[in-house]
Amino acid sequence: MQQVIFKRPESFTDAFTHYCPGCGHGIIHRLVANAIDDLQLREKVIGVGPVGCSAMIYDYLDVDFQQAAHGRAPAVATGIKRVLPDNIVFTYQGDGDLAAIGTSEIIHAAARGENITVIFVNNAIFGMTGGQMAPTTLIGQKTQTSPYGRDTTKQGYPLRVSELLNTLEGVSYLARVSVHDAKNVLIAKKAIKRAFETQIAKKGFSLVEVLSICPTNWGMKPKAAIEWLEKEMVSYYPLQVFKDWR
Amino acid sequence: MMEKVLMKGTEAIGVGAIRSGCKIYCGYPITPQSELLAYLAKELPQIEGASFIQSESEIAAINMIYGAAGTGARAMTSSSSPGISLKQEGISYIAGAELPCVIINASRGGPGLGSIQPAQSDYFQATKGGGHGDYRMIVLAPKSVQEMYDYTFVAFDLADKYRTPVMLMCDGALSQLMEPVVLSDTKVVQYEKNWATTGAKGRKPVLVSSLRIEPAELEEHVDHLFEKYAEIMKNEVRYESVCNEKTEYVVVAYGIMARIAQTAISKLRQEGIEIGLIRPITLWPFPQQAFAELSDKVKLFITLELNKGQMVEDVRLAVNGKKEVTFYGRCGGMLPTPDEIAEVIKSKISGVKKCNK
Ligand SMILES: Cc1ncc(C[n+]2csc(CCOP(=O)(O)OP(=O)(O)O)c2C)c(N)n1
Ligand code: SF4
Repeated sequence: MQQVIFKRPESFTDAFTHYCPGCGHGIIHRLVANAIDDLQLREKVIGVGPVGCSAMIYDYLDVDFQQAAHGRAPAVATGIKRVLPDNIVFTYQGDGDLAAIGTSEIIHAAARGENITVIFVNNAIFGMTGGQMAPTTLIGQKTQTSPYGRDTTKQGYPLRVSELLNTLEGVSYLARVSVHDAKNVLIAKKAIKRAFETQIAKKGFSLVEVLSICPTNWGMKPKAAIEWLEKEMVSYYPLQVFKDWR
Repeated sequence: MMEKVLMKGTEAIGVGAIRSGCKIYCGYPITPQSELLAYLAKELPQIEGASFIQSESEIAAINMIYGAAGTGARAMTSSSSPGISLKQEGISYIAGAELPCVIINASRGGPGLGSIQPAQSDYFQATKGGGHGDYRMIVLAPKSVQEMYDYTFVAFDLADKYRTPVMLMCDGALSQLMEPVVLSDTKVVQYEKNWATTGAKGRKPVLVSSLRIEPAELEEHVDHLFEKYAEIMKNEVRYESVCNEKTEYVVVAYGIMARIAQTAISKLRQEGIEIGLIRPITLWPFPQQAFAELSDKVKLFITLELNKGQMVEDVRLAVNGKKEVTFYGRCGGMLPTPDEIAEVIKSKISGVKKCNK
């Protein structure tokens, strides 16, 4: 007897993604689709896409979407959620989008305890524009705009967004996860689901920071990139649940 | 029911917005329009399903409006010149994504932090596209507290009708003015919004976006926008003309400057000068047709503005070299008196007479 043991989540379209081989975005999209399916949210969800490699996330998730200006997704999501408090609103943002140009919007949405969910993809680089330094780029990491390696005397220190947001009362669920191996993918899947549950329960702001790889702009093969993430990124950005309202 | 009440310009906009069915207001304080925030902070939360948000910046405010408008709700933001500059990115996205919204500019002196006094120096920014890309925005310029109330309805209606941002351009003087207003019961037309993101229930997902990554697709999209703008130019031009068969000289002015000019004009008419006024109400689309016939008949156009000469360029385009178009302006927040304006008009007129001799 044949049995289906692995299938595409219903909220996931059958479009081919435009991501580079090994890119983390595809996996993370899938986890978002899983959460939407598991919680039966497909007809209620309104996603807000960023500017970055994942700008066209709306091609891959079969739900209503708004495409926001660079960094402004939390403000756009705020506008949507205030008008439609019973819908489920999430943003999906990279670390250039959220931690550089959109720092103000994310901090204030969190501080207001805006009842939205944020999926924050930290790949320590600006992917779309060709690999420039991000606020999250690690010390010593070489990028197009830190060709000698990030030098703290000139380029300062990497921003730990989750630790920063952890100081805010408005935040109800906050976790940092990674997608570098199967075990961590499962943990990430649970965290993303939990973040959506936070919103359903109207508990306020939820954010999941997902450490991800950008083999193309890191100049590594996917396997080496995964190893680099596990070794270098996880030690600077420890994986943990910072807050859970339960 | 027609109530007549005394109110401030900012409040008239607030009342007009609520009666137009505005569901969400997002803004950041700045003089001279902070009273509008205060008014809506008090009133909107009293209305079922309506929200007021004091945002962290004007950038956040306009993007909240983007999100809210994308759900089909009537949405409004307001600011004054420096804050309107910050909203330009969002206005461009809103125009690109074809979202309806209303933006109030109680404009003040610039550039930079400038002054908090009334000015009209944001005319170029509003009418020529302050943000990036090929787009247009409807710009309405009321001249009284009554019109601030009335044109708030018009602004919301045009925004929905054409899926476009609409700016209500007033200035620091109008927003602070206290005048009697007839609160007419204007009927609000409801538009169908099947493009709005409300959750894909029983239908295919919808997308609100200004992104068209393929050049051919973007060109097609911009062509579509400009077909819409052509419709607006055809249907929505509004202006007031106080000219007649005998008019020889025409003042062109809008907003508070038109009020000052009107007083000066009444005085000059009593002195026997055949002078009229054209007051553009839509700054975009600019009322070109108002000038077509007049340009053949009159002797001189005198453009008056609270800036160093911005609308005058549109007047010159409309007059198209047929007659001389002169300009006088004050800026920095300085308001001329009607007497000053009357003197200016007289000297411009005598200048033309000399030239023609
Ligand atoms: C206002 C503005 N500034 C700059 C850009 C160019 N830009 C596009 S994506 C991007 C950074 C994307 O990096 P990130 O958010 O980390 O996402 P990733 O591509 O790595 O997924 C930048 C700077 C833009 N589109 N808009
Ligand atoms: S550039 Fe990096 S983030 Fe962008 S698709 Fe390629 S691997 Fe992914």
